[in-house]
Amino acid sequence: MKPYLAIIMTAILTENFVLSKFLGICPFLGVSKKLNTALGMSVAVTFVMAMATAVTYPINARLLEPNGLGYLQMIVFILVIAALVQLVETVLKKYVPSLYSALGIYLPLITTNCAVLGVVLLNVEKAAADTAFGFGASMFNSVGAGLGFMLAMVMFSGVRGKMESSDIPKFMRGLPITLVAAALVSLSFLGFGGIAENIFGN
Amino acid sequence: MAEKKTLRQEFAKGLIVENPVLRLVLGTCPTLATSTSMVNAIGMGISASIVLVCSNIMISLLRKVIPPKVRIPAYIVVIASFTTIVQLLVKAFVPVLDKALGVFLPLIVVNCILLGRAEAFAGKNPVLASAADGLGMGAGFTAALLCMATVREFFGGGTLFSGADSLFALFGVTSFTGIEVFSRLPPWLKIEPILILIMAPGGFFMFGLLMACANRIAAGRGKPAAGLNGCEACPMAATCSLIASKEKTNEEVTA
Repeated sequence: MKPYLAIIMTAILTENFVLSKFLGICPFLGVSKKLNTALGMSVAVTFVMAMATAVTYPINARLLEPNGLGYLQMIVFILVIAALVQLVETVLKKYVPSLYSALGIYLPLITTNCAVLGVVLLNVEKAAADTAFGFGASMFNSVGAGLGFMLAMVMFSGVRGKMESSDIPKFMRGLPITLVAAALVSLSFLGFGGIAENIFGN
Repeated sequence: MAEKKTLRQEFAKGLIVENPVLRLVLGTCPTLATSTSMVNAIGMGISASIVLVCSNIMISLLRKVIPPKVRIPAYIVVIASFTTIVQLLVKAFVPVLDKALGVFLPLIVVNCILLGRAEAFAGKNPVLASAADGLGMGAGFTAALLCMATVREFFGGGTLFSGADSLFALFGVTSFTGIEVFSRLPPWLKIEPILILIMAPGGFFMFGLLMACANRIAAGRGKPAAGLNGCEACPMAATCSLIASKEKTNEEVTA
């Protein structure tokens, strides 16, 4: 259990997907205005990340790698993710309409979200480099990445809420000041450097 | 795109007026992540441009064959194929760059610039115009990346074109390995590089400043500031219902 906890902690704090890896910046900037949309988007992203890893890991390990088709990874992964997102959207629409009305509009965006494809590709990369990084570790890494995304989104929606009422210089208004604020949030996450290694003894 | 434009205009608009990064706010992830050094920026810019031009040409050729309903998956497959080709080429010929760009090289496939141009331009326009558009957008992307990388590398690392030999080795030049600026300064002018600039927070910060400059220049020419929402110009916005809520937020902003 210990290494799994370390993987999750690393993915959330030290290697936060948004704030230190620059993955999923579009939703981070676009959908973080209000707390509920930020939360909805990150729940959707976490869910799709976990599903995508659960599906693509076996495809890669059982189908692509043994047959020397590793170069098809990206095409296969993106199509699988696109189909998966479509499926989730349909299921939500049918069974949880209230959730669909809250999350549904973000789901198509997730298809081209680099965070989802990024986590899948990084998992495959890590698994190729380290045989101990198996399916369980990949899943924990994905969930951790999703939770890290959620933490960043929720924190940032709070920061943006404060920004609404501030007096901002004219040309910094909108995106520029949002990015500068993101820089400060990202700076605070630098402080977590090495925390997972220290707690779990690497 | 109602009026006819010349190929030159199609090319030129991508550079400044419709710069993908600074005006359309597309491709923010690679912009932030790969602008840590000038060599990475050039490598990323060129790789993305190649994919952009090729996929624009291919999509424009296929625009009458692809049924509108499945156009987005079709575009993604075309883009993914070219991205794979470029990724394998970079791996084979510039392995150092492949290491430096890491996961962002395959992630060109989800770069909004590519799908955005496919959706907004190549799917509706003839081949030559699409190629010119792709070339212009690619050049604009590279220029914005390079602009950011120059400042970040100069102040953050104290060098310019560090590690250039890995990229220029393609053209047979290996003697130029970049310029050390800060370490050559006389002792009485000893300054340490601002290391934070090449780390993650510096990326956000520099991008914010660059965006502010771009907005200032645009305002001087009577143009509105670049998109308030990161995914405002996202290609998927057109196909999903976000376009409705997007307009709503725009009204909120102007009101």
